[in-house]
Amino acid sequence: MARAAGEIEALIALMARLPGLGPRSARRAVLHMLKKRGMVMEPLSQALARVAQTARDCRVCGNISDEEICPICADEKRATGTLCVVEDVSDLWALERAGGFKGRYHVLGGTLSALESIGPENLRIPQLVERIKAENLREVILALNATVEGQTTAHYIAETLAPTGVSVSALARGLPMGGELDYLDDGTIAAAMAARRAL
Amino acid sequence: MDWAGDGILLAARPHGENGAIIEVFTAAQGLHKGVVRGGTGRKLAPILQPGNTLAVNWRARLDDHLGHFTVEPLRARASAIMGDAERLSALNALCALAIFALPERDPHPRLHALTLHLLDRLAEGDPWFGPYLLWERLLLEETGYGLDFSECAVTGQIEGLAYVSPRTGRAVTREGAGEYADRLLPLPRLLLDASAPESRGEMAKGLVTTGHFLREVLAPALGHKPLPEARARLVKRFD
Repeated sequence: MARAAGEIEALIALMARLPGLGPRSARRAVLHMLKKRGMVMEPLSQALARVAQTARDCRVCGNISDEEICPICADEKRATGTLCVVEDVSDLWALERAGGFKGRYHVLGGTLSALESIGPENLRIPQLVERIKAENLREVILALNATVEGQTTAHYIAETLAPTGVSVSALARGLPMGGELDYLDDGTIAAAMAARRAL
Repeated sequence: MDWAGDGILLAARPHGENGAIIEVFTAAQGLHKGVVRGGTGRKLAPILQPGNTLAVNWRARLDDHLGHFTVEPLRARASAIMGDAERLSALNALCALAIFALPERDPHPRLHALTLHLLDRLAEGDPWFGPYLLWERLLLEETGYGLDFSECAVTGQIEGLAYVSPRTGRAVTREGAGEYADRLLPLPRLLLDASAPESRGEMAKGLVTTGHFLREVLAPALGHKPLPEARARLVKRFD
């Protein structure tokens, strides 16, 4: 197979490291950009350069934004007294897409993991405790993954926050939208049964 | 090379974009690693949770390759354990200690059977302190550092065992301990007999004793690796 010139090949190799892209799809994407240099490639390269310069972690919640304080933390309407704790920025963005939460967030930056040697000191838990004191919060919602590591972290945070007196809740576990019982794993069905509610 | 069997999932780490490297504990193969394609995907991620039992099929071109697993769920326990902080701590400690202590591809059928029993107790809400202490005792025994509670190391008596020698791992009676009692480790009834009535105090004492041998005897033999943090978090719950 004919290979592209050095710089283009280097670009393809970089693109292939992105999630969702492999060497073939990276090659297709680069070829598409090369064919539409003015329409796609130049605006994209300028946007990348701008974001690389301006993107930073929000100093309050850990969200990624182009300001020192992200728009969610800066918005006074979102000071509802409720804080949603998430593992990663991608989870924060997922909750924002869903639109069901109107309070503020706190990004932990991971979960406790014995295998990866991630302890409480490696997560943004001390900052969370500080925020609870400083922002006079009433409720903390632990929106952590329904995995062993996610729930270990949730229990740890709940116990750490107990002395503060703040109300701590967690997301429900059970049937996904459109989920058919026959196709669900046993653990999800058992969790849904345990969390059943009166109609 | 290939084999099939039932394995307890101890750990799953992301590998590549949507794969996972899992560690399973089987009766015939012991601790065994391999790659699961799509292991972090929507279909397999709920299944690949520590504590679950899977039907696994391992395949590799050569025996010393990492190889690939195909997996099917057999028994889901993680979701039942996740809601209880203390049982979840025990599950984490068990998985972390097994990975810490067991050599790869070395069968330990007795420990495997006890692990299944303990996990079932954790998942079903049954008393688990005694089986957990017994599990740590058996882990020490299977790795070559068994504790001997058959008789008093000093008097030879088989009744009234109350302490454990931190040096030899042998039981000692109150009379045999004499003035050295404060230098010995506690031997709670729950550590002698896993079916004895359980209490948090007995569990705490048992964890002190097994912890001593895990930390002072087993860990140095494994290159002075620190004991997993997950066990320390379990112990803290009983302080």
